Amino acid sequence: MMKQQSNKRTIVLGLILIAVMALLSVAAEALAGSVSGLSMLLVVLKKGTVYALLAVSMNLLNGFTGLFSLGQAGFMLLGAYTYAILAIPVAKRAGVFQYYDGGVVQFSIPEIFSGFLGDVVGSVIGMLLTLVLCGLLAALLGWLIGLPSLRLKSDYLAIATLGFAEILRTFIQFEGSAPLTNGSNTLRQYTTFQHLYPYVIIVGVCILLIVLLVNSTYGRAFKAIRDDEIAAEAMGINLARHKMLSFVISSFFAGVGGGLMAMYMSSVQAKGFTSAMTYEILLMVVIGGIGSISGSVIASFLFIGCSEWWLRFLDDSSNNIGSFQLLAPGFRMVVFSVFIMVIVLFFRRGLLGDRELPDLARRMKKSFRKEGKHK
Amino acid sequence: MSESVLRVENVTMQFGGVVAVDNLSLEVNRGEIVSLIGPNGAGKTTAFNVITGVYAPTNGCVWFNDKKIIENHPRGKMKKLYQGQNKDLYHHTLAPTPDQITRLGRARTFQNIRLWKGMSVFDNVLTAKHCRRTSGLLSATLRLNAKEEAQQRQEVQELLELLDLADVKDEMATSLPYGKQRRLEIARALATQPELLLLDEPAAGMNPQETAELTSFIARIRDDFHMTVFLIEHHMDLVMEISQRIYVLDFGKTIAQGLPQEIQNDQRVIDAYLGVSEDA
Repeated sequence: MMKQQSNKRTIVLGLILIAVMALLSVAAEALAGSVSGLSMLLVVLKKGTVYALLAVSMNLLNGFTGLFSLGQAGFMLLGAYTYAILAIPVAKRAGVFQYYDGGVVQFSIPEIFSGFLGDVVGSVIGMLLTLVLCGLLAALLGWLIGLPSLRLKSDYLAIATLGFAEILRTFIQFEGSAPLTNGSNTLRQYTTFQHLYPYVIIVGVCILLIVLLVNSTYGRAFKAIRDDEIAAEAMGINLARHKMLSFVISSFFAGVGGGLMAMYMSSVQAKGFTSAMTYEILLMVVIGGIGSISGSVIASFLFIGCSEWWLRFLDDSSNNIGSFQLLAPGFRMVVFSVFIMVIVLFFRRGLLGDRELPDLARRMKKSFRKEGKHK
Repeated sequence: MSESVLRVENVTMQFGGVVAVDNLSLEVNRGEIVSLIGPNGAGKTTAFNVITGVYAPTNGCVWFNDKKIIENHPRGKMKKLYQGQNKDLYHHTLAPTPDQITRLGRARTFQNIRLWKGMSVFDNVLTAKHCRRTSGLLSATLRLNAKEEAQQRQEVQELLELLDLADVKDEMATSLPYGKQRRLEIARALATQPELLLLDEPAAGMNPQETAELTSFIARIRDDFHMTVFLIEHHMDLVMEISQRIYVLDFGKTIAQGLPQEIQNDQRVIDAYLGVSEDA
């Protein structure tokens, strides 16, 4: 009964939370010049926000539907390239596609919209639409890949999707598709969001949508498939349809995340989207807790914070005490791996397990009350 | 003349050289409790799996509410073996998946309990209502289906209260005692709004007291929900007490059918269960 009333409240609360975070990020950016360390924090937050979406979209598939897919990097790659190709201003295309006469795409969606909606509004709308398009293309690819591969289970599905991601990467680097994708050369100079708050808002809305989905009747059906496929089918849940839905939705958000990632990096190259990237995101999902959205978000910020900022000093060999060469480039990753092992040892099901932050808060309240009664 | 809900005609299920179910025909009428019994390995569960769409039969068809829902008549080599009564129907194959069958109005439970472990009791039952939703993905995500959702939650709440599970509705399904998990599984099946309830060994692994409780529980479901029940069972107390009619399988073949007291005194059934002595 309680949940039913909170349905509409989730939406309102989510939107308020997004607005507050956007305001905070605006404030942080305004202060970045005067407070030391804040600019580094902003970089971490920006990257972490993008990764949060990627981790949550992977969690939707791996944690909530129980489909173990490793195709994330492929969908991100498609999203990133879609965004980059469609958002390079026409005037700069000759420079970017220097070996291919400016490439075959001779328009830029943000520019088209800024043509009749004004520079700022038009390009923002154009960029948002391009992001949606990234998602739609990734979803389409997800559908195509899902047709044959969703018949497979567990490890076999993982191998199949991993293979598809690698094929896509090779295809983009392929000389024949180069007029479209610029081959193995970098795509750059496309329009991006400079500030942090657009990332926060876009990712916030996407994650809110996923949270709403997971708590809807469809989300329950996904969880039923994860918990017991045979029982789910016997209770009238169409397995093929629901698995495909989850796969396509996850691909959609991975595509949007890929587009955001292209924006954040301001230049993309297919070479970077290896399976190692999928594993990085999988690691976030596992650390945060398989089946916990807030866990994935927290883990992605922790992960990015550690790998980009807090552990950086370990790479600095000039910090060594005496002549013993402990700190050297790469040592950061050693410490990082130890961290991860500790987390896996002590939080076997990830930081949050399959619970969400609000659940934990409620439970703590309950146990406090119990303690009070005992006294 | 009572109305037939489930009719199984000439169903044969073959796995390679093993004939698990051989030319099974049975009928369940509305409002009845009908049992299928037999010694271990008699093919009860296979018959059940054919009826619920898990296996497509080698030969035969299944009718539900006067509609043919499962049908297969073999071609080629197999044709000679299983001509059955339907010589003119050889090219038809109807093999719906279990979810389609459930949406038609039949629900089942499992021999080894298959509840959704990561969910509470309430959510387990509510999730079974998913197949009766009318809202699409978008409207469900954006909470435009609040009315339907509230309606379904209300129904689940009432169902749980009727089945004495309302007091444990927020507990995890797996934390319940065994007997209650069984009851929850039946509640979950009822939530899909079936006309026919199929129970696969509902009393498996239960002690006599739990079995007695379950017996009255099943009888109550028939009366309260006007449900037709078809069950497979080993516990003779339960079967004899609540079934209107009984079918007995042995080595895939129907060896007897009839009222409980007829079955109890049937020599073939006693032989199948106790074995025939050498010098008989």
